[in-house]
Amino acid sequence: MEIIYTDNNATTKVADEVIEEMLPYLREFYGNPSSMYTFGDQVDKKIRQARQRVANLINADPDEIIFTSCGTESDNSAIHAAINAFPEKKHLITSNVEHPAIKNLFTYLEKKKGFEVTFVPVDKKGRLNTEILYKNMSENTALISLMWANNETGVIFPMEEVVQKASEKGILLHTDAVQAAGKIPIDVKKVGVGMLSLSGHKIHAPKGIGVLYVKKGFKFSPFFVGGHQESGRRGGTENTVSIIGLGRACELAGENLGLVNTQVRELRDYLESQLLEKIPGTSVNGEISNRLPNTLSIGFDAVEGESILLLLDREGICASSGSACTSGSLDPSHVLMAMEVPFKSAHGTIRFSLSHYNTREEMDKIVKAMKPIIEKLRQMSPFWKDGKMI
Amino acid sequence: MWDYTDKVKEHFLKPRNVGELEDANAIGETGSLNCGDALKLFLKVNENERIIEVSFMTFGCASAVASSSALTEIIKGMTLDEAAKITNDDISDYLGGLPKAKMHCSVMGQSALKKAIANFRGVQILAKPGNMVCECFDVTDLEIIDAVKANGLETTDDVTDYLKAGGGCGQCLERIEEVLASVKAKG
Repeated sequence: MEIIYTDNNATTKVADEVIEEMLPYLREFYGNPSSMYTFGDQVDKKIRQARQRVANLINADPDEIIFTSCGTESDNSAIHAAINAFPEKKHLITSNVEHPAIKNLFTYLEKKKGFEVTFVPVDKKGRLNTEILYKNMSENTALISLMWANNETGVIFPMEEVVQKASEKGILLHTDAVQAAGKIPIDVKKVGVGMLSLSGHKIHAPKGIGVLYVKKGFKFSPFFVGGHQESGRRGGTENTVSIIGLGRACELAGENLGLVNTQVRELRDYLESQLLEKIPGTSVNGEISNRLPNTLSIGFDAVEGESILLLLDREGICASSGSACTSGSLDPSHVLMAMEVPFKSAHGTIRFSLSHYNTREEMDKIVKAMKPIIEKLRQMSPFWKDGKMI
Repeated sequence: MWDYTDKVKEHFLKPRNVGELEDANAIGETGSLNCGDALKLFLKVNENERIIEVSFMTFGCASAVASSSALTEIIKGMTLDEAAKITNDDISDYLGGLPKAKMHCSVMGQSALKKAIANFRGVQILAKPGNMVCECFDVTDLEIIDAVKANGLETTDDVTDYLKAGGGCGQCLERIEEVLASVKAKG
């Protein structure tokens, strides 16, 4: 069965160009980049090229780029460095729609390490309540960490404005840009963020490679204490192959940014309008005009997400649901709950996240598959009768 | 993905006895839209108190649908006295087992069945004995104690998996912890 992959906010296909770039360094050039001989040094040169390519994607300097193992490590390293840099400051700010990498870390710091944490709410469209954010910034704030764009809804936070306000008060800002990268332009010099996390596997590089951008001048302390790698900022022998792959992926992400904002956006909009038109009791989550171009979070009244996903799976369609239906978790995702998405559609929310590998034909197949799936589940649902909620 | 048995998958994909039973004379409802799963069970019971027809409508995940479907197959043709003895374990066993975190789906089946039987007999289900612990899911301390003893539950997560208690707002987690400790203390 042909797979239709529309879960690119979860992970992405490794681009063929990326694989080609990596293969020689997997097969032949296995030297350690720290070695003195040419066999290792040629790998070092290639890593330098990759660092430059990553820096180019976000308009950073190469020496502001630290390679890590994943987005979560980047986030942990950033927060760790911030609280070490300002040991006297015991207040942190984040939002209540962050990825678990930030959300759970901040909860841990609050519950176990004596930090006071402000979780800034969002409105019904997923927009950050900046009024509450600004009101809570204080001299005691060690760090603000806010995602650039939301993984579930794609809603984009006003990063430039927020950074400006933070820097007026001299507060460091970290952003989790894992979902934003490759989908919207990122210019760290223009926006002025202090630290920024990226993840390779969201932009067609392999899993197991991440990046932390650290603005020049910040007194960074490593999370992984060890060797001199990454200029002493992240111990551990470099993941050479993945770093090289990530470099190529970042280059491609820069080249494809236009495509993602035209072709992919059109596909997403097409899928969205078709689903809204063909299936009654359907609603889109998040601020329509201010979302990542590839993301569609769409709720179907009176049905449950897991059931939809399993039926989609039978058609070879990969997507994800806005809820983790385990045990008691009444929760549709914390993101949808923070947005006060009504239960009637929150439990039946599906996220389709596209890439430039998707086609219009695939969108048609998804719509064609979704209609009978929702109908079937609604026929079974005690909350749906005669074409509407009861 | 969940580790569902083939039987669960089969009952999810081809659920038996779906829909509203127009001439039902007993109905049992449990769960709600907010909880993320709900089951409405319809029975047609004859003068000998035998279930001659049964159907269901379910909102929920694959195991909720499969549990409902399995329940209808199990009780069809039973007398109400026989059906009253069906437990959530019977439903789970019928399906070859459910993932631990999905056990509440089978509990939901048992609960809807109890309500349907009470509905037929015109019995009011009395206010539950014991003290309320989980307001979100209407679970008392006595229910938790029973479930802990019957199923060898050890942690609050176990309790949530079975009863959903603690899985909503989470405010009662400490109380569940205390109930667990008291059961342990008494052996």
